[in-house]
Amino acid sequence: MFQPAQLPASIDATLALLKSAGYVADRPLATVLFLSLKMGRPLFLEGEAGVGKTEIAKVLAASLGRKLIRLQCYEGLDVASAVYEWNYAAQMMAIRLAEVAGTVDREVLEADVFSERYLTRRPLLQALEPDTAGAPVLLIDELDRTDEAFEAFLLEVLADFQVTVPELGTIRAEHPPLVIITSNRTREIHDALKRRCLYHWVDYPNATRELAILKAKVPAAPARLSKEIVAFVQAIRKEELFKVPGVAETLDWASALVELDAVALDPTLVSDTLGVLLKYQDDIQKMQGTKAKEMLDAIHASLRAAE
Amino acid sequence: MMTAGEGRLPENIAYFARALRAAGLPVGPGAVVDAVAAVEAAAIGTREDFYWTLHAVFVKRHEHSVIFDQAFRIFWRRRALLEKLIAMMSPIAPGFERPADRPQAGAARVAEAFPTGAREPEKSRETVEFSARLTVSDRELLQGKDFAQMTAAEIAAAKRLVAELSLPDDRVPVRRYLAAATGSRIDARRSFRRSLRTGGALIELAFREHAEKHPPVVALVDISGSMAEYSRLFLHFLHALAEKRRRVSSFVFATRLTNVTRELRARDPDEAMARASALVKDWEGGTRIAHCLAAFNRLWSRRVLGQGAIVLLFTDGLEREVTRDLAFEMDRLQRSCRRLIWLNPLLRFDAFEARAQGIRAMLPHVDEFRAIHNLAAMGDLCRALSAERSAEADPRKWLRKVA
Repeated sequence: MFQPAQLPASIDATLALLKSAGYVADRPLATVLFLSLKMGRPLFLEGEAGVGKTEIAKVLAASLGRKLIRLQCYEGLDVASAVYEWNYAAQMMAIRLAEVAGTVDREVLEADVFSERYLTRRPLLQALEPDTAGAPVLLIDELDRTDEAFEAFLLEVLADFQVTVPELGTIRAEHPPLVIITSNRTREIHDALKRRCLYHWVDYPNATRELAILKAKVPAAPARLSKEIVAFVQAIRKEELFKVPGVAETLDWASALVELDAVALDPTLVSDTLGVLLKYQDDIQKMQGTKAKEMLDAIHASLRAAE
Repeated sequence: MMTAGEGRLPENIAYFARALRAAGLPVGPGAVVDAVAAVEAAAIGTREDFYWTLHAVFVKRHEHSVIFDQAFRIFWRRRALLEKLIAMMSPIAPGFERPADRPQAGAARVAEAFPTGAREPEKSRETVEFSARLTVSDRELLQGKDFAQMTAAEIAAAKRLVAELSLPDDRVPVRRYLAAATGSRIDARRSFRRSLRTGGALIELAFREHAEKHPPVVALVDISGSMAEYSRLFLHFLHALAEKRRRVSSFVFATRLTNVTRELRARDPDEAMARASALVKDWEGGTRIAHCLAAFNRLWSRRVLGQGAIVLLFTDGLEREVTRDLAFEMDRLQRSCRRLIWLNPLLRFDAFEARAQGIRAMLPHVDEFRAIHNLAAMGDLCRALSAERSAEADPRKWLRKVA
């Protein structure tokens, strides 16, 4: 059953909960997450790719011991793949069998084939079902990929946590799921939907937090290397690039460097592995060679000064 | 514990919401109720928590964070007051009555804080007189020139033009399906329902087909001095287009890029133009095409060019200093959209040749090159958008001529 005691009771408790599951959050994020849990409002997370938006939902589900239900959005997502679908093959079969048995009574038959037995449940409907571990975490991922029509449909679901199946009636959630919506902002989500949610812009972390994330996620990286990696990534984010690296790229890069048994950054190593960090050829070209060397020299100097 | 009905905090939050609304944030009464509930739920202990709690409720767009930050600082700057309010909210401290004059103080602060307006970096909507004082800037010709001051004849012409145009009816298939009499896919659900009508003896197939939709249109309009006469009419055209279809984003640029999409949404064309002109600071200034394209590519392209957008680039291409950046940014722009159409009023001259350096740098990177100087040209554009690409607008033609 749903146990409210399981939810964190304060902002500090939320912060600690996320930390215990290996997610290094800042206080603003913990505040908004706490409020969303407490007020039962969906949480709308917007931000550049690779800053850990999806991860929040996963960590939340894992640390609260709830089921995670994920709806990955894409263009043309419709009710049949997001909410429910009838199992037509089985329904056809039922009709044929009824025919053979010679008991074709249309009313009975109709009530029979449109029963829950023949209903295939998709993520949104699953999220409304009661769960023994408590209301599930519903992750609606990359909402900006789908179209306005689906957004409009979501309004109904998010406002009342209910879904109407014409043949069955309205299905209501006894305990509303914890909803987390993410968007990469490849288009603006309509204000009507945002109004029903608590909004938070997930930004790139600062150096201290990024170092903490790196330590938590790639513990194998030597201390000095980690510091250099974070300093380099922080510096590269200040450059005029088409796509600056996110936290995910930092972690990938750190893992790659650990695999290469690196203990410190040097210009050739950076140039060789820049493809892990930057994903546009123009950006890589801009950063390779002398530019990388200059940045590294500056980083080494400042790290030495700090020691 | 205090409830929403007691104390001064709910009132102050309401005042704060009003201040935010004055600063241009879309804050409704529902948000105020939410904010009070959120502050109660969060059992606030520090100023920072209070900040982020209100932020979570009032801010619905990343751009609004900056305005919120300013407003918060100004409104809640009386440190002692906020601390006292927090103390009242905390479960330990007993609630106490505040002097009766306090709520007025909150209102007075808003009144004194916001009309000065100059500290809102993103959404400043200065009056004409205000921006007139800024014209001393040597880098830009900051004119608060009123679109509405177009001559009556001009407006009439533009309206007639737009009313008579049959706007493009271009459609692209999307991945969503719709029921159709004859389609390529079997609609299992409808087929099944139909077969039930006959008790399942017969299966009459129902079909579905890909839905079609207008592709998004993104217009980048050069409003520099040399283009002035044309850009106004073109903005009217965009206004008409935005009324007919939903996904039209409009940007204007001369020395810097401004997004006027929301402004052009106003129903009345004159009101739309007035709103846009209040927002734009570099009306009829010089041109920095490469710089503005770079800004668009970096800040907006990923946000508005999704789902197969068509870009209408409206400029004469007369860049003052042509560097490698211009070709680079054009190339990036072309690769981010489905179709890049360059509309150039210079093509009105019969003797036009692609000799200017800027034009030669940009031409290889566009899909179509069209004139846009009169009614006929605008009509041509509409037809071209409805149809497939044609050879007459091939940009390579112009390059071959001067090669």
